Amino acid sequence: MSASQKTFHDLIAENKRNSVVLVAAFCLFTVIVMLVLGLAIIGFADPGALSHINFVEAGIIVLIAVGIALASALFGYYAGDKVILGVSQAHQIRHDDDPELFNVVEEMAIAAGTPTPRVYVIDDTAPNAFATGRDPEHASIAITTGLRGKLTREELQGVIAHEMSHVRNYDIRLMLLMAVLVGTIAMLSDFLWQAMRWSSFGGSRRRDRDREGGGLGPLVIVIMVLAVILAIVAPVLAQIIQLAVSRQREYLADASAVELTRYPQGLASALRKIDADSDVLEVANRGTAHLYIANPIKKFEKRAGSVFASHPPIEDRVARLESLLV
Amino acid sequence: MQPGKDGAVDAGVIGLIVIVAIIAIGVFWAIGVYNGLVGLRVQSQNAWSQIDVQLKRRYDLIPNLVETVKGYAAHERETLERVIQARNMAVSAHGVAEQAQAENMLSGALKSLFAVTEAYPDLKANENFLGLQEELTATENRIGFARQHYNDVVAQYNSTQQQFPSNLIASKFGFAAAEFFELDEAEQAAARTAPAVRF
Repeated sequence: MSASQKTFHDLIAENKRNSVVLVAAFCLFTVIVMLVLGLAIIGFADPGALSHINFVEAGIIVLIAVGIALASALFGYYAGDKVILGVSQAHQIRHDDDPELFNVVEEMAIAAGTPTPRVYVIDDTAPNAFATGRDPEHASIAITTGLRGKLTREELQGVIAHEMSHVRNYDIRLMLLMAVLVGTIAMLSDFLWQAMRWSSFGGSRRRDRDREGGGLGPLVIVIMVLAVILAIVAPVLAQIIQLAVSRQREYLADASAVELTRYPQGLASALRKIDADSDVLEVANRGTAHLYIANPIKKFEKRAGSVFASHPPIEDRVARLESLLV
Repeated sequence: MQPGKDGAVDAGVIGLIVIVAIIAIGVFWAIGVYNGLVGLRVQSQNAWSQIDVQLKRRYDLIPNLVETVKGYAAHERETLERVIQARNMAVSAHGVAEQAQAENMLSGALKSLFAVTEAYPDLKANENFLGLQEELTATENRIGFARQHYNDVVAQYNSTQQQFPSNLIASKFGFAAAEFFELDEAEQAAARTAPAVRF
């Protein structure tokens, strides 16, 4: 037995560890950014307050930004599945509309020990599928007619298992958390630019220095410079981390799918079929891309090795699946 | 006011608080582990009964299937009769061992039936038959996945029951290891042979 042969248990444990590290790093990064930008915003908005570092006011600004980001993300969380199903023109099906599809979904629900999710079909020739739902009790699975027609029963089962695993692993919640963090950073950067534009920083500083002899001068300048750099760099960096987490969760969903089906060839074969298809999914866009099983924005597919891809390259996913011992 | 004595009393009070805190943490941990074990045990019992639910769904579908096949493949009477016999035995079986045996015989008989129907293109084109075939395939799969899920839950429960330090709580409160669903040797041999087909 070579050292590189793994079971899906190994892959799942590995992926979960990587997720924890990434998310922890992201939270730490966000806290630092929030602190620096918050202070800097106060600095630009109210230079008189620079004589002492005012954490309370900085904290209030940060909370406002978090609040806005949280509100919009929560809306997406609770209404999101209805919105996306509506936008995709998905219609719910019952058992008799498509017994094979319905049975496949029910079988996976039994293997997972969760209630059977609602099943939706999207009228589109592009092959793709997605899952949504904050937990397994409120889950929905959608699949395009394009994908439905192309797959055998085992391949279909692999795809459904992958999608249901996203819900089982609470990826929807994780992506919500990421969205809130990224949104907060973006908003704080924006606040900073606004504060800089409207500040009378230059004039006041002279007044302050005359009054207090410039006590905190160097530290304040360091914070300001750091804040400006972060305001430029942080939003992009945050997105990169978010996409790294997204890719990690895709690998995890693949391994979890094998945990359900105990048949990695099914999903591997389905992924190859999806990769070979050049059809573009009309209703998807950048914001919803991470929900789908394969990157629906075809332009990015070829550059899939880049840090801006929400999904790992399909060849890598297939290779991992095919190397698994079950 | 005697300075020395006050200091000693303070140290004593702090020491007492620390000891109480440690005991409290220990108690909460133990409660958490105990509840976790109970939850897993109940889950495995639930998973076991789910297998029965799927087994029983099979019985209602079989008479329909046999009637449809009879219309097209009257020669295969032997195979059909075996299926009906096996189904009736499974319905009337009592006790876990008897039922398990009957269920395996029924699975074998159904496998032979589906293998045999490969030779009848008219039958394969019949929508009724195709629908029934899908339902029975799904039922067999559901039984298999229900057993798989049961084994997965048992694996989780047994791991918690045996790993340190939760095994301390488990043995103290009498949590026994659960049994995996396994085929016995005869059943294994039967399950691993391909169904015999003669046209």
